[in-house]
Amino acid sequence: MKVIMTGNEAVARGAYEAGLVFASAYPGTPSTEILETLAGYKDDLYSEWAPNEKVALEAAIGASVAGVRSMAAMKHVGVNVAADPLFTFAYTGVTGGLVLVSADDPGMHSSQNEQDNRNYATAARLLMLEPSDSQEAKDFMMLGLELSEKFNTPVLLRMTTRVCHSKSLVELGERKEVAPVPYVKNIKKFVATPANGKVMRADMVGRLRDMEEYACTAEINKPEYNGTEIGVISSGIAYQYAREVFGDDASYLKLGMTFPMPMKLLKEFASKVDKVYVVEEMDPYIENHLKMAGIECIGKEIIPEYDELNVDIVHEAVTGEKAETIEVEKEAVLRPPTLCAGCPHRGFFYALSKKKNLIITGDIGCYTLGSAPPLSALDTCFCMGASISTGHGASKALQRIGSDTKVVSLLGDSTFFHSGVTSLMDAVYNKGTNVSVILDNRITGMTGHQENPGSGYTLMGDPATEVDIPALCVALGMKKENIYIVNPNILEEVDKALDEAMAKDEATVIISKWPCILKKYSQEDKDNFDLSARKCVVDQEKCKKCKVCVGVACPAIRAGETVEIDALSCTGCGVCAQACPFDAIKEVR
Amino acid sequence: MKEVKNILLVGVGGQGTILASRILTAGLIEAGYDVKMSEIHGMSQRGGSVSTQVRFGEKVDAPIIGKGQADVIVAFEKMEALRALPYLKKGGKMVVNDFEIPSMPILSGTAVYPEGILEELSAKADVLSFEAAQIAADLGNPKAMNIVLLGALVKAMNVEGIDWNKAITDNVKKGFEELNIKAFEAGFAL
Repeated sequence: MKVIMTGNEAVARGAYEAGLVFASAYPGTPSTEILETLAGYKDDLYSEWAPNEKVALEAAIGASVAGVRSMAAMKHVGVNVAADPLFTFAYTGVTGGLVLVSADDPGMHSSQNEQDNRNYATAARLLMLEPSDSQEAKDFMMLGLELSEKFNTPVLLRMTTRVCHSKSLVELGERKEVAPVPYVKNIKKFVATPANGKVMRADMVGRLRDMEEYACTAEINKPEYNGTEIGVISSGIAYQYAREVFGDDASYLKLGMTFPMPMKLLKEFASKVDKVYVVEEMDPYIENHLKMAGIECIGKEIIPEYDELNVDIVHEAVTGEKAETIEVEKEAVLRPPTLCAGCPHRGFFYALSKKKNLIITGDIGCYTLGSAPPLSALDTCFCMGASISTGHGASKALQRIGSDTKVVSLLGDSTFFHSGVTSLMDAVYNKGTNVSVILDNRITGMTGHQENPGSGYTLMGDPATEVDIPALCVALGMKKENIYIVNPNILEEVDKALDEAMAKDEATVIISKWPCILKKYSQEDKDNFDLSARKCVVDQEKCKKCKVCVGVACPAIRAGETVEIDALSCTGCGVCAQACPFDAIKEVR
Repeated sequence: MKEVKNILLVGVGGQGTILASRILTAGLIEAGYDVKMSEIHGMSQRGGSVSTQVRFGEKVDAPIIGKGQADVIVAFEKMEALRALPYLKKGGKMVVNDFEIPSMPILSGTAVYPEGILEELSAKADVLSFEAAQIAADLGNPKAMNIVLLGALVKAMNVEGIDWNKAITDNVKKGFEELNIKAFEAGFAL
């Protein structure tokens, strides 16, 4: 039976059919739906959200050592977090097959960079597979687990946004259980001391040679010979674009396995065509391999080396012809993403935006949107968990140079659990003075509402004991009186907490606690927060059209000749009503 | 080259383009076409511009389309129609919801919502525009706007022999089948 699936759903399906037993991940676009789909197979396999990608991969490694097939999934930047265990696990090799899915984001649809994670395969020496559609996503996931066991290596399944989130038809199969490998103590294999590591490292060379030999004859690297004039070498989604641009006359070497690179095969293919094109997204990864082997090719001198490709871009690069388009004279105004109407972060940002002489260090999540005008209440954003540590560094530096500028660091609940805890430990222990703000919206927001250690439920839907954030702060050495818990929809409360915390010469934490407006509320949410339906409306007689309310940056507020609040999108959070200097906005229940 | 049709659905995060495109692909698959569809999740879903691309034919390679390639564009919001116009094939059709959602630069007063969008579009392409929200509201629920638009899109696509009622029934929330079928029919009749 064929069904339409995203690449992510297909990866999960492949894992299920291949007898996978354990999966772990930290949510991150474009990888999130892999584990969400796997959770649907909970009768047959175990899956969980880990607090971060390093923990996810380590747990998957543990499952492999214990003898079962396992996987970890993450977005491209997540692999940076997981890189430490990854490099050494490539030395030790596996017991049960292990696949690490890296979902790269060319074009940065929802990411802070667009690093090309194929480079990880070369750097860590991982067998790498690159699917180009959903059927391959499923097939390569299954093959990956097999090859992992066959060559005793972790496998990198490298996806990109358009493979993850495009849907195409997939042939479904049945699940095949795989007998677990009984555990045998093997210190020489799994204890990576320098002495053992040296042996493993040497052994790896032989394994890589075997893998390369396989890559040269593998079905997924089979050349398609048509005309001899043009030969195209490509992988992943870029192959689909190349196929449309070069048509049926060109010959193709579509590489499903791109590390180790099948050098013999590349040479053979290149020798059979007059001109070789390499079509690949982002880095000149395949191209560099060709050039190092002295094979002439046309690649990045015509194909852009950053941003996402499409058929247009490849077509224009190859033919020099621009696509025929309809000329448009009017210009559409930009539509950047914004904090939703009713977002609990809004109140906090609005109060914070009024404070002066401040550096606000930010983090990864919906609240990065607080950087957009008119709030503009964010100064930095680097990576998960960086807000508190960069804020700590900045405040120490400011102190040393005698500046009175204060630092506020803010991050979400899930990001705090991911890697903010160690940053806060650093700030507290080393007597930092930055104000750390945990925007606790009771869920992982940006990626679409995944449970986390503070939400009280697991990926598979079981209740769990929540991390007690204030108690954790105390355990880190923070004084109780330096921990503030506020309702972000009450501006006075936020304002007061900020003033008090900023006046202190010690590390402080403000926990801004209110559930995400888009969240499907749990019973606990309903018990703990007043989530009853309400709306805000403008009293047109009182409204002076001063447009102060526009400053709260709510998409429900429409200010033209009159100021109106869109009843469909307003959730009645009341932040605009508190901002209004003329008491012209009323809350209606 | 094998003939592949390209459909582009554009709108604003939260408008229901994803459900409309799910029904569209379900119908096309049922009719035996090879179908690829691409959408973007994540940050842009927070009130930003969103687009879903659907390609169908005997065999489809790339899941996304380039400029000047869409046979039909359906825009759930007017300014998004303007933004998408360069993707329309010369001679292609456009279905436009006469509906404005101002973006943050407009709301905060640093830009103004462009005037005369429908005139500009109509001068450049074969455009059908209507107030889908009003049509859906008349049927009893303004949220069915997306399915009204889907109906008009399917009409503009000119594909035959597809059981759309089944595709709708299989993909909408239980209890909303009848409303959505009516919404589809209302859009198709325009």
